[in-house]
Amino acid sequence: MELKEKLLSSFIALENQVDIDSQVHDIRSEAIKNFEVMGFPSKKMEAWKYTSLNKVLKHDYSIFPKKEAALEFKDVKNYFLQDIDTYKIIFVDGKYSSHLSETTHDKIDVCLMSSALTHEKYKPVIDAYFNKVAVEDGMTSLNTAFSREGAYIHIPKHKLADKPIEIIHFSTSNEAAIMLQPRNLIVVDENAHVQIVERHQSLASHPVFTNSVTEIFVDKRAYVDYYKIQNDNEEASLVDNTFIEQQQESYCAVHTFSFGGDIIRNNLNFYQKGERIDSVLNGVTILEGKQHVDHNTLVNHIEPNCESHQDYKGIFDEKSTGVFNGKIIVEQEAQKTNAFQSNNNILLSDNATINSKPQLEIFADDVKCSHGCTIGQLDDAALFYMRSRGIAEKEARALLMYAFANNVLENVKIPQLKSRINKLIARKLGVSLGFDL
Amino acid sequence: MDIHSVDMNQKQQQLKTVSHQTIDILKVMAYTEDDLKKELETKEYEYGFYTDIESDTFPVGLNEEIVRAISKKKEEPEWMTEWRLEAFKVWVAMEEPEWANVKYEKPNFQDISYYSAPNKKPKYDSIDDVDPELLDTFKRLGISLDEQKKLAGVAVDIVMDSVSVATTFKKTLAEKGIIFCSISEAIKEHSELVKKYIGSVVPTKDNFYAALNSAVFSDGSFCYIPKGVRCPMELSTYFRINQAGTGQFERTLVIADEGSYVSYLEGCTAPSRDENQLHAAVVELIALDDAEIKYSTVQNWYPGNAEGKGGVFNFVTKRGICEKNAKISWTQVETGSAVTWKYPSCVLKGDNSVGEFYSIAVTNNYQQADTGTKMIHLGKNTKSTIISKGISAGKSQNSYRGLVQINSRAKNARNFSQCDSLLMGNDCGAHTFPYIEAKNKTAQIEHEATTSKIGEDQIFYCNQRGIDTEKAIALIVNGFSKEVLNKLPMEFAVEAQKLLEISLEGSVG
Repeated sequence: MELKEKLLSSFIALENQVDIDSQVHDIRSEAIKNFEVMGFPSKKMEAWKYTSLNKVLKHDYSIFPKKEAALEFKDVKNYFLQDIDTYKIIFVDGKYSSHLSETTHDKIDVCLMSSALTHEKYKPVIDAYFNKVAVEDGMTSLNTAFSREGAYIHIPKHKLADKPIEIIHFSTSNEAAIMLQPRNLIVVDENAHVQIVERHQSLASHPVFTNSVTEIFVDKRAYVDYYKIQNDNEEASLVDNTFIEQQQESYCAVHTFSFGGDIIRNNLNFYQKGERIDSVLNGVTILEGKQHVDHNTLVNHIEPNCESHQDYKGIFDEKSTGVFNGKIIVEQEAQKTNAFQSNNNILLSDNATINSKPQLEIFADDVKCSHGCTIGQLDDAALFYMRSRGIAEKEARALLMYAFANNVLENVKIPQLKSRINKLIARKLGVSLGFDL
Repeated sequence: MDIHSVDMNQKQQQLKTVSHQTIDILKVMAYTEDDLKKELETKEYEYGFYTDIESDTFPVGLNEEIVRAISKKKEEPEWMTEWRLEAFKVWVAMEEPEWANVKYEKPNFQDISYYSAPNKKPKYDSIDDVDPELLDTFKRLGISLDEQKKLAGVAVDIVMDSVSVATTFKKTLAEKGIIFCSISEAIKEHSELVKKYIGSVVPTKDNFYAALNSAVFSDGSFCYIPKGVRCPMELSTYFRINQAGTGQFERTLVIADEGSYVSYLEGCTAPSRDENQLHAAVVELIALDDAEIKYSTVQNWYPGNAEGKGGVFNFVTKRGICEKNAKISWTQVETGSAVTWKYPSCVLKGDNSVGEFYSIAVTNNYQQADTGTKMIHLGKNTKSTIISKGISAGKSQNSYRGLVQINSRAKNARNFSQCDSLLMGNDCGAHTFPYIEAKNKTAQIEHEATTSKIGEDQIFYCNQRGIDTEKAIALIVNGFSKEVLNKLPMEFAVEAQKLLEISLEGSVG
């Protein structure tokens, strides 16, 4: 059975498990109809020109995992942040794992989507925010139709999340092939502050296909710092759809570190709905093998006096493929916008490919917008300089690549996370450098 | 025709003075800001006259019969007729493209006359034989043949309503072995060359408009530069749509044989009309080993009036192929047309070949332009440079769309792209859609794009020094476009500069 048909019939099964009289279910029914019409994206669509999901879609995925896998803390300890206390929302095969998690309802809500969707207490927030900024494309509609579980984070006015929040999705070898559709809602009220680290990790060698949707609402003067770590094995594919709505004077930064996976597609969309907003989009991509990473970003400047900064760096080896498709829209009202976008790439092999499509659509005249894109190699003169000073070629190359990615890394504001990412990069480049990266 | 003749007379009167000025300017080459001011006073589209020459126009509509009839009319050989019919079949199966960032009412292709020729079409041996009324037209265009002869030594091939009417300097060129004639003449007299190269760079199947053009093209220019010859003068073609309800489909084929050099100019105008006219041309350039082709265009089709009514739809396919060590350089100044859809491209097939693209696109009122280039790097050590300047004013939309593709065998390929946009006013838009695809690790690609407006401080600086705002803007726009204007042959650069001013006239807010 085709995956699309399977999903459509699974929806009927889902209806037996959830409250079909709720408002949320109306949204689900609407979304499945939408998905039925649109289906999966194909290469014929401009936004998917360089990424084909065909390879991913041909597997026979199980949609609802049957039993909960037992996962011991010591087995997965390495995937958590070390030396720092965090809130944790952990899912195993799409199911919430209570003994691995650490949630809270003390002043802030860090809990589950499933309880938020069913408990009366959360209804005002769900009514106001659920599915309000997500667009109606095929993949997002599919997720909306099956939205049941995920992370729910609500930081009320003037509150500060006292420690970072980790959201980790594990998949195990319980099922042959599994499709996961987590749905996250993050609402950060006025003057509130939060740091979030998200990670998808497959522990099995079976194919895993994750279609994740995250909606983030950043109210006035709120502060959100979001890190996505994508270092999965070669059987795991991910379509990550993130939608962010910002109100005036707020700050939101999303840092995406893509080091592994089969096919990864990041749809990152920012909508600036107030004045003096700052949005930051950073990315480091280091790939080898046949990995494929597609960054598709949109920053929509709607109101005046806002800023956006995009900085994506990529290093591509062997047969890997990198895609960057960045779009900045400056609407007519959005005068005095400063929007910057830069995409720098290094190709290490003749079989690696880079497709870059940085786009600007500008309807206001008093703006400063620029984008830059480069594709090149490591500087021979710099390599020679280091080698003539006794640094081996491999280390010298690694140093240069590390330096290339460094200005993105410097923006990581959780020191423990920064050293973790540094270690990942060092391992990725196959070196141990003489200093603590 | 009658409707036009009344106000046309008036306009013609006015325009005569303008065109004389033009010539004066060409002579003296001292073009001051005051001259500009004087010119700006004639705000109307200055080439908006209509020439009353009886013309031979086909009935509207398109079918196989019409294609055959065009071919027969042109006294073409059998293979050409077959080639056209083949293209027609392809075209019928194709759909009009919609991906471009432009909005317009699609032309009804059955509502256009596909052939219109000035009626008294004799074969001219010298300029003196040309219909005096036609000559007068050219004079008004500001490209008077005699003047051109004396001043610039430019050989001109004029295509009016798709039919080539005069080719000047043919004899001088023939001495060097250069063939410069209309394409229909070339089909008859140099059929082996045409047969070999036509459709080799832009195949009939390439796109909707290329297929349409291949089926119905009525004329165009043909140029062949023999081995090792450096063409001693600029070759030039002037296109004009005259008759109402006609589409212009010309075909240009330029072949530069090994080690040769040619600089080719192209200009276009059309009379002001309320309905939209269609222009779908195909230009193919072939630069063989070590050859160089420089192709400059000043496109000034009627852009429609200030309310966006009328104007020419300009859907053009231009492409060149570079063999070993060859170089193709496209320079364009786009100020006219209601809708432009144009991507002069280079296929860098041979090792060490070079492609260049310099463009200024100006849009005002309701004009829409979606223009850019494609650089396809196939050979080793190939280089390409893209400099694109977009200026949008009024309620216009201006897009740059470009592709840089480095194939896996293109070792040491190098590209530099720069797209700058200048916005004047708050109702216009500037867009950039670059596509960059690299498959070789030795590739070096840089792409930069900026969007800005004319700074208040810049204008203030000029005002302080006694330059009024209107002139200050002209000065700044000129500076903004300098990199591209510098690439044009001198006579053209003056005309282009003037066009820029006129196109932007009144848009200063």
